[in-house]
Amino acid sequence: MAVDTQEHAAEPAGRPRTGRRAGRERPGAGFELWSWLFMRVSGVVLLFLAVGHVLIMHVIDTGVSRVDFEFVALRWESPFWRTWDWALLVLALVHGINGLRIVVQDYVRWPGVRFAVNMLFAVIGFSLFVLGTVIVFTFDPSDWPVT
Amino acid sequence: MAKRKSDIGTLYKGSPGQWSWLLHRITGVAIILFLFAHVVDTAVVGWGPDAYNRVTEVYHNWVVRVLELGLVAAVLYHAINGVKIMVFDFWPSSARKMKPISLASTVLFIGSMIPITWLMGRDILNLALGWDL
Repeated sequence: MAVDTQEHAAEPAGRPRTGRRAGRERPGAGFELWSWLFMRVSGVVLLFLAVGHVLIMHVIDTGVSRVDFEFVALRWESPFWRTWDWALLVLALVHGINGLRIVVQDYVRWPGVRFAVNMLFAVIGFSLFVLGTVIVFTFDPSDWPVT
Repeated sequence: MAKRKSDIGTLYKGSPGQWSWLLHRITGVAIILFLFAHVVDTAVVGWGPDAYNRVTEVYHNWVVRVLELGLVAAVLYHAINGVKIMVFDFWPSSARKMKPISLASTVLFIGSMIPITWLMGRDILNLALGWDL
């Protein structure tokens, strides 16, 4: 991890930027390569899941104005939307937490603090994954019959 | 002789990609921080209509809906710029066309934000000013 930062700092200032590569160098092997690949694969899927979610819930019709308990109850009658929301939950969390790890790598230099910050985000992410998963799959509106 | 562009105003001598790199990072962090809150507020649906409707009432407030417009913009920017990054990653020769591709992604972002701002802004104005757009 620290090597990454070192390489970045050691990049010669005068090197022409019009070369064959743009942006962040692809990691050579191991965990960082899989992380790199995951960000792109999940990114493509999130392109549909997240952008679709945002357009449906926030943009079309009257957007979030129409979202209330009844709206969710009706929407989650369909296993399709439950699956969509659960997949979005999982991918967005892992994509986001891994993104934070990359940001932390750039700004938190001291290994102990870096580890602590990464662990904090990982614990938050895992807790939210559990909470979201339980709710998406156990929610049953008939627990609150309309009176 | 005129000064070279790099001598005048830029913050540091990177490529134009420095700005999309920065925006990608800011929008990404903003989205994940919002997601932390959003998973919790959605989970409240499991505590019944009274609890959940109290939560969604917050999102119906017009000031919060202005922030929501920012969130939609962040997601859209991150998505479109993410595609741009993947184009450069998986088709390295496209890096030679970095400028037109960056321009195209910016145009696509701004172009799609125009109708979205209208659709969401209409509702915000109706709420805030009691209009009927």
